[in-house]
Amino acid sequence: MITYVNGRPREVGAAERSKNLLAWLREDCDLTGTKNGCGIGACGACTVLVDGRPVRSCRRTVADAEGKRVLTIEGLAREDGGLHPLQQAFIDAGAVQCGFCTPGMVLTAHAFLLQHRNPSREQIRKAISGNLCRCTGYQQIIDAIEAAAPHYR
Amino acid sequence: MSEKHSAWRNDAAAKVTGRARYTDDLKFHGLLHAVPVYTDHVHARIRAIDTAAAQRSPGVVRVITASDVPGSVTFGQILRDYHMLADDKVRFNGDVAAVLVAETRERAIAAIPLVKIEAEELPPLLDPDEAMKPGAPLVHEGHGSNVVNHHVVRRGDAAAALARCDHVIEQEFRTQFIEHAYLEPETAVAVPRQDGVTEIYASMQHPFSTRRFVAALLGVPLADVEVRTVPMGGGFGGKDDTVSVVAARAALAARLTGRPVKMTYDREWSVRESYKRHPYRIKYRLGFSREGRMEACEVRVVADAGAYCSVTPWVTWRSTVQCCGPYDVPHVHCDVYGVYTNNVVTGAMRGFGSPQMNFAIEQLVEMAAEKCGISATAFRRKNMLRQGSVTITGQTLDTHTVSLEQALDSTLGQVDFHDKYKKCSLGRSESDELYGIGYAISYRGMSLGAEGMDFNAAVINVQFDGSILLEAAVHENGQGAESAMVLLCAEELGVSRERIRYRMPSTANIPDGGTTVASRGTIMGGGAVVNAARALKTKLAELLAPQLSCKPDDVRFKDDHIWGKDDSHTLAFGEAMHQLFLMQEYPYSFGTFKAPKVSWDEHTGQGNAYFTWVYGCQAVELTVNKKTGRVKLLNMAASHEVGRAVNPAMVLGQFYGGMAMGTGYALFEQIQHEKGKIQNTNFDRYRIPRATDLPEMTGLIIENADPLSPSGAKGVGEPTNELMAPAIANAVYNATGRRHFALPIRIEPEDRP
Repeated sequence: MITYVNGRPREVGAAERSKNLLAWLREDCDLTGTKNGCGIGACGACTVLVDGRPVRSCRRTVADAEGKRVLTIEGLAREDGGLHPLQQAFIDAGAVQCGFCTPGMVLTAHAFLLQHRNPSREQIRKAISGNLCRCTGYQQIIDAIEAAAPHYR
Repeated sequence: MSEKHSAWRNDAAAKVTGRARYTDDLKFHGLLHAVPVYTDHVHARIRAIDTAAAQRSPGVVRVITASDVPGSVTFGQILRDYHMLADDKVRFNGDVAAVLVAETRERAIAAIPLVKIEAEELPPLLDPDEAMKPGAPLVHEGHGSNVVNHHVVRRGDAAAALARCDHVIEQEFRTQFIEHAYLEPETAVAVPRQDGVTEIYASMQHPFSTRRFVAALLGVPLADVEVRTVPMGGGFGGKDDTVSVVAARAALAARLTGRPVKMTYDREWSVRESYKRHPYRIKYRLGFSREGRMEACEVRVVADAGAYCSVTPWVTWRSTVQCCGPYDVPHVHCDVYGVYTNNVVTGAMRGFGSPQMNFAIEQLVEMAAEKCGISATAFRRKNMLRQGSVTITGQTLDTHTVSLEQALDSTLGQVDFHDKYKKCSLGRSESDELYGIGYAISYRGMSLGAEGMDFNAAVINVQFDGSILLEAAVHENGQGAESAMVLLCAEELGVSRERIRYRMPSTANIPDGGTTVASRGTIMGGGAVVNAARALKTKLAELLAPQLSCKPDDVRFKDDHIWGKDDSHTLAFGEAMHQLFLMQEYPYSFGTFKAPKVSWDEHTGQGNAYFTWVYGCQAVELTVNKKTGRVKLLNMAASHEVGRAVNPAMVLGQFYGGMAMGTGYALFEQIQHEKGKIQNTNFDRYRIPRATDLPEMTGLIIENADPLSPSGAKGVGEPTNELMAPAIANAVYNATGRRHFALPIRIEPEDRP
C-alpha cells in the first residue's frame, strides 16, 4: 500500500500497517514534529491532517491512512523552506512558548481556516478547543489564527 | 483584544516548523529504552524484588533495582530523603521499585508484570493532621517525626490584639492537589561517553539539579556528568526533582549497559509519580477595627508534603512570609507546617506557596470589609502596603517603587469595576444567570529570597567577525528566557539581536546558576548578562579608545558601531573585533549577578525576606447559572509590575498563561486520590482549561525599573498565576452571595437562593 506523507508517496510494508500512526511518523518517517502528549487522543499534540481533516495520530494505525494524504507540521512550510503565513502569524503574535502543542495547534488551525476564511474569535476558540495548551491561555494563539485568516481568502 | 506587541523569539521558527528537537525526538546508535516498574502499594515494607522472570523476557537487557546503585539511592534538594529506587519501603504509589531496560520500549513495557514485588502492607498515612499527631506511624523513620518543617512569623502580640479587636473573623480554607500538566511528560536520554562522562538530555528546568541527582545515584563527581539543554515542553515548576530522578535512572541504566538509554514517561506514569502543588489546610483569625483597620492575624497552615520533602520547606516559607497578603498588619502569629504523608509528593509549582494563601486572604479582606460596611476596595486601600511601608516580617519597602495601588487602579479602571460592581446579582436575578465581578491583589517577593543561594552567570564570547555567542545559567522552559537574554545583551552592547546566537548551555561550560524557577530567569540571568556586557564594554573601551581618539570613558556603543567622543570617530562592530584580533585580545566576558543581601530569623520570622517585590491585580467578570451551577467567564484583566518588560509580547504570554492556569485551579482541577492512589492520571479525567473555557483577556504591564536589578527587569511568571482563584471566588460571591472556602470552587445548583 501507499500513503502520501507531505506530498511524497511512501510505501508501507505489511508489517507496518498495524503500527500506531504517531509512532510510525515519528520513528519510521523521522517526522518528530508530531508530539505525543497523552497517548489517548485527549490533548491534540499529535494532530496531523489526513485528507485535510485533523486526526489524532495516536489513536490511528498506519492502515487508517492507506491511500490518503497525510500532512504533518514538517509539510506545511513552502517548498523553498519559507514559512507558511500561518506559521509566521504564530511567531508574530507571540503564540509560541514551549512549543509542544504548537504543531498540532497549527495544523488544526490550518484545516479550520481552509474551511472558514472569515472566522470570528468565538469560532476560532471552538475550532481549537480540542488542542490543549498549558502555556499561553490561548489568547495569542487566537490572535495568530485571526491574523492569518486573510491569507486563506 | 489584547494589547499588541510584535513578538520575537530565537526558537519560534524551529517550533512552528517541527524542526525543534525535544528529548524524545533524539536518536542515538544502539539506543535502549527504560521504563519504570511501580508497586501496587501506598505504604509498605519491601521484602523482596524478584526480577528473574523479567530478566528472561525477550528483548530485556537489564532489570535494575536499588541493589545495583553504585552511589546513593537517596537524594534531594533540601533533605536527601527521595528514594530514586525504592529499597526499604514503598512510601507512595509512585515509588519505583525497578527499572526495565530493553531493546525497544514495547519489549520493556511487556516485561513490567513479570517483576514480582513482595511487600508487607503498612497503614497508610493519608491525612496530614493525623500524621502530625504524636505517636503516628512514621513515613521516614530516620526523620523522627512526620513534620518536615515549621516556619513562623512572630510580630507584636497577636493574641492580645485579637482579644481587643472590634471584629474577629475565623475561617478555615482548604486547597487541593493539582498537576502541572506540562504537555510534554518527563523524558531523559543518558549517553555513556568514551571519556567516562555521562551525558544527559532531558525535559528539565534545572540542569544543575539534574546533574546533582545523576551524580548522586552514580556516585561520581559533578564533573563526570554533563547535562545538555534541549527544547522542553513546559515546566511550571514541575520539571525539577521528578525528571531529575528519571534522568538519574536513565544514567544508571546507561552506565550498567554501556549503551545510550532513553526513558520517556507516558502521561499516566507522569501524573502518578510527579510532584504536585501542595494542598493546604489554612485556619485564619483576622482581627480589625470597626473603621476597617487590620489589627491582628493568627494563621495556622498544614501543608501536605506527600512522601518526600522535595522543596516543601521553601514553598511553605513563602506562604509564611506572605501569609497576610499585601497588607500592613501590626500583630501576626503565623505557624506553617509541612507534613509527610503517603500521598503523592508535592513540591514546586508556579506560584510556590502563594496561590493557596491568596485564595484565603483575598476573600477574608472582602468579608472584613462587608462587616465594617465599607467597600472591599476602600478596605484594601486603608490597609495596603505603600512606599516605605513595613511588611509583617519587618522589611521596609523603600528600595523600589511600591506600585500596588497603581496595579489596583489600572485593573479596576480597565474593567470599569465601580460601575459593573453595582450590577452584581449577589444571589438575586430575574433570569437564570447571576452576574458577578471580582478581583484580588497581591505582592510577591522576587526570586528565591532568604530560602536559597541566589546568583547567576553569563558568558559573552564575541567572535572576531563581530558575531556573538551568548550563554547564561538560565533554562529555556518555553517562557522565552533565551530571547530575553539575547535582547538584553543586544541592548546593552548597542548591537542588533541578529548578531547574537544563544548557545544552549551545557552544565560543562556555564557555572551553576541555580534553578530557572521562582520567576528568576529574567531578573537573575538578565542581571548576569547585563553585568557581563558592561564588563565587556569596559574592556573594549580601554582597548579601542586610542583608535577612537578619545578617553575610555567617552567610548559609546550604539547602532552596531563603537563611537568616540561626540561621535567624531567610529568603528563598525565587526571591524572593531578584527582590530582586537590584531591586538591579540579576546572580546570575551564573564558576568555574574549576586542577589543583594536578604535576611531571615527562623525563630521570630523577621527579616528582609526578598531583595525586591512585585505587585499585581487581576479581575474577572462571570455569570453563574442558577440551575446548573455552571460558571461562564466573560472577561479577565490583569496588571502586573514587571520592573521593565524586556520582551513585551512574551511578558503578556506569561500574563495570559498564568491567568488560564489560575482559572483551572479555581474551577476544575483536582487530583483525585482513592486510598492514596491517583485516579485521574490522564487528560480525559484531569481537566485543564480549554480555549472555550476562557474569555478574552487583557494584560496591562506596569514598568518601574528596579534599581537593584541590573537590567531593571523583575519577574512575571508566577505573579500572574497567584491571583485568579481569589478573583474568581470574589466574583462568584458577588454573583451568588455565597462564599466558597475550598478549591476547586464547586457551585451546586442548590446554592441558588
